[in-house]
Amino acid sequence: MDYFVIIISAIFVSNIVLAQFLGICPFLGVSGKVSTSLGMSGAVLFVMTIATIVTWLIYNYVLVPFGITFLQTITFILIIASLVQMVEIMLKKISPPLFQALGIFLPLITTNCAVLGVALLTVGREYNLLQGVVFAVASAIGFGLAMLLFSGLREHIDLMEAPKGMRGVPIALVTAGILALAFMGFSGMV
Amino acid sequence: MNQWKNFTKGFVKENAVFILLLGLCPTLAVTSSAENGLGMGLATAFVLVGSNIVVSLIKNFIPDKVRIPAFIVIIASFVTIVELVMQAYSPALFDALGIFIPLIVVNCLVLGRAEGFASKQGLVSSIVDGVGMGLGFTYALFLLGSVREILGSGAWMGMKFIPGDAILIFIMSPGAFLVLGYLIALINKLNKTN
Repeated sequence: MDYFVIIISAIFVSNIVLAQFLGICPFLGVSGKVSTSLGMSGAVLFVMTIATIVTWLIYNYVLVPFGITFLQTITFILIIASLVQMVEIMLKKISPPLFQALGIFLPLITTNCAVLGVALLTVGREYNLLQGVVFAVASAIGFGLAMLLFSGLREHIDLMEAPKGMRGVPIALVTAGILALAFMGFSGMV
Repeated sequence: MNQWKNFTKGFVKENAVFILLLGLCPTLAVTSSAENGLGMGLATAFVLVGSNIVVSLIKNFIPDKVRIPAFIVIIASFVTIVELVMQAYSPALFDALGIFIPLIVVNCLVLGRAEGFASKQGLVSSIVDGVGMGLGFTYALFLLGSVREILGSGAWMGMKFIPGDAILIFIMSPGAFLVLGYLIALINKLNKTN
């Protein structure tokens, strides 16, 4: 039941993009087309899960025993940056088709605050490793869901005649606001 | 470059939030009140100035291939300083900003200025650029926070002038997107008429 609550709350109730405002840059930046937003979501799912596992292990088995938890920001961002590089190199060797699909999105992920945010939230809420993994996967699915809905809406908005000053980013932000309003309907579910 | 122009570009022509659309995560997340927006803006400005100074001082010693990780370490060190200082002297603000203090590390604005400006320019220009961009970011957050606080809780800087509840939606997450959208539209309009 515990895991069920984590999953529902991470995907719907406190959606990582629309309620917690993590990962806004890719949310606005690469949501022009449904296909690119799917690729980005896949890459985020992949990196976020691995990053959460590695940062959790480092935090609990290195930082806590040595009493240097104040270094967590520096440690986590370095882990994520090197992890992204490593994943890129390994994917190129092991699975070229997957690399083709996710490749161009991987470098962008280092500065995606959703990845660092989820890693920090996981240790901040004192989840155990399995809860952390479930939380990371569910958050990534929530990110994908928001991206998919938003990019679908944007494909239609581009064809629409908006007032001149509202064209482009402003109308996209207002749309995101309405989408966030819809997601608020889930609050109170858990 | 003219230093005055360098300083003022962060406010209007290259404002991080309204024109360049950088650092939107903290912009949207912490601006539920003017005070929080101001605190976040100043914290980011401090990190920006600090990292600009260090990057421009040691730019000649960093090998080109590892410059991005090196910049990230410099930025993360300043973020840790801000985190510890804020926790010690302003715990209420620290709790309100929460996870977004460590997330200054991945604010594209800070890394963008380090990579795009400080790694190419001299010390004085970099400081001026950092202060200008940082204050531009601060004023954007303060403006957004003020609008949301006035509409959403009928108060400004904690002073309440409308009794009872106001339009609560503006201090919740949808309000952040809506207000920023309309502010950017307004600024686009003003820029065009100039």
